Formats: sequence, C-alpha cells, structure tokens
Amino acid sequence: MTPNAVMDVLQVTVLVLVAAGATLVVRTRDRVRLVLVLSAYGMLLAICFFTFQAPDVALSELTVGAIALPLILLLAIAKVRKPE
Amino acid sequence: MTPRQRLCLFAVAAAGLAACYLWAFAGLPGFGSYPGPYGPAIMSRVIAQTNATGAVSAINFEYRGFDTVGEEFILFTAAAGMSVVLRRLRGEHEEGAREGQSSAPGAAASRQVPATSSSVRVVSLLLVGPTAVIGWWLATHAQANPSGGFQGGVILATAFFLIYLSGEFLAFRRLSPVALLDVAEAVGAGGFVAVGVTALGMSLPYLYNYLPLGTIPGAVSSSGTIALISFLVGIEVAAAFVLIIGELLDQSLLRREGSS
Repeated sequence: MTPNAVMDVLQVTVLVLVAAGATLVVRTRDRVRLVLVLSAYGMLLAICFFTFQAPDVALSELTVGAIALPLILLLAIAKVRKPE
Repeated sequence: MTPRQRLCLFAVAAAGLAACYLWAFAGLPGFGSYPGPYGPAIMSRVIAQTNATGAVSAINFEYRGFDTVGEEFILFTAAAGMSVVLRRLRGEHEEGAREGQSSAPGAAASRQVPATSSSVRVVSLLLVGPTAVIGWWLATHAQANPSGGFQGGVILATAFFLIYLSGEFLAFRRLSPVALLDVAEAVGAGGFVAVGVTALGMSLPYLYNYLPLGTIPGAVSSSGTIALISFLVGIEVAAAFVLIIGELLDQSLLRREGSS
C-alpha cells in the first residue's frame, strides 16, 4: 500500500469512528457517563484532526474537548446533583 | 391537513432537498484541494520573514495577531465574569465539606466527599510533574511546532487539577491563591496588548515583530515577538483556567448559605 492509500484508509476509519462516537454521545442518558463519553469523543475528534494534518487544531481539541469541557461539566453536575 | 397530505408534502420537500444537496455536493472542489492563494503565499515566506518553523503560530501570533488578541480577551472576559458571578456575597458564610471530612453535622454531612482512593492519589501525583513540563514546553515552543500558548496553558492548568485530584484540595488552593491568579491573568492578557502597543511607540504597525528574529529557525530564541506572545498567552490561559475551575470547585465543595 502506498502512503497515500494508508492515509485514505486511516481517514475513512477515523471518520466512521467519529460518526459512531457522536451517536454514542447523543444516545447516552446518564449525565456522569455522558461526560466521560464526551471526553473520549473529544479524544477521537483530536485524532481525526490529526489524521487530516491539522496538529494545532488537534492539540486545541485535545485540551478543550477532552480536558477542560468535561471537567467544567463534571463540576457543574456535582454542584446541581441532589444529595442522596 | 391529514397525516397523508403532510407525508406527501414532506416527501416533496425531502426529494427537493436531496436533489439540491447532491447537486451542490457534485460542485465541491476535490477532497483536500485548496484553491486559495494565502496558504502557498505564507508557506513560501514564513520562515524567511519570521524565523518560525511553526507556520501556524506565525499566523496566529503575527500575520493574524490582531484576531488572537480578541480571542484571548474572550477567555479573559469569561474568567472575569465567572469571578464576578461566583464571588462571595455579603451575608454568605462557608460551610465546608473538604477533604473527606465534614465540619458541619446535619445537612452538610449528606454532601460528604468520599476519601480519594490511593491508586488515584498515586497516579495523579506521578502525572503532576510530566504534565507541568509538557505544558511549559508547549507554551514556550510555539515558534518551532504547531503548539502555542493556548494549548500549553490548558495543560499547565491541568497539572494544578491533578494536585486537586490527588486529594490535596488545600495544597491546590495554597498553590493557586486567587490574588496571584488575577495578577498572572492580567499580566498575560495585558502583556500581549503591550507588546503590540510598543510597536506603535516605535512608529511600526501594531503587533509588528520588532524583536531580533535569531539565527536558527525554530529555536527557542528565534521568531521575536511570536515566542514572547505565545508565552504570555500561556500564562494568561493557565491562570484563567485555574481560576475558573477553582471557582467551580469552591462552588461544589463548599456550601454557601445566606445567614440573613
């Protein structure tokens, strides 16, 4: 396989995974689990950007999508959750 | 309108949309093709003009530096707004449920924070050092690779959250006093603007790269204001994120109740 063909296969694979991941995020109902799935999805998106040769966007997505956003959401959930 | 009519209307609309969509799709440029003139123009000049091998950083902090100032102030404003909204109001007092021990019986006890497991503690503490180094490296090497102050700043802030995750809420707070964070954030955001305004004082365009560009492309000492601005952005972003998350942690861990 030529390097180009390898890249094509990689890109298509990652795009399919991203579509599946997005569906999973939407289908998740439990809030805490949703945040974890969202974080994994951010990681997946970062890999997607990386395979499309945008390492700077991948880094930003990794830091914001996989770290900062889930962290803020988790804290917000902890704040509003009713004591059991 | 009967359901059947509605379905017919939908079918017509859907068919029209599908046809237009496919038509537009057929007219798209080929996958990965870039007909614009700016990319090649910048790529052929960037190293000669700025001595930065990280072309993305050169665009962010020099060619389009003006945009980046605005973006940085979005985060600055967000952090400032957060501090204002979540500030301690007069008449509120803190009732702590910190570090797994509840100081107040009754209501606060139900919000008791479970003790951190030792595996989480060990892993978080082990990760603090490497995370801080990677964040610092990213924030100071924008001129060499597609990193930059923003990504580096968030990862630097993550090092602080790992300290918190290891169960050391008090250490986290001691390492990140709010007054110091405010100053760091202001220095980072103001420094960016100051670098640009200094150029005006030298009768140069705003954000002109007036520092020596260095001799080795991509070295830490190269690329003049690009490396400096990236570093300032790193400080600002790290401070802003620690501030925002710190405020949220306070909100989650401390019960604030009006005494009146």
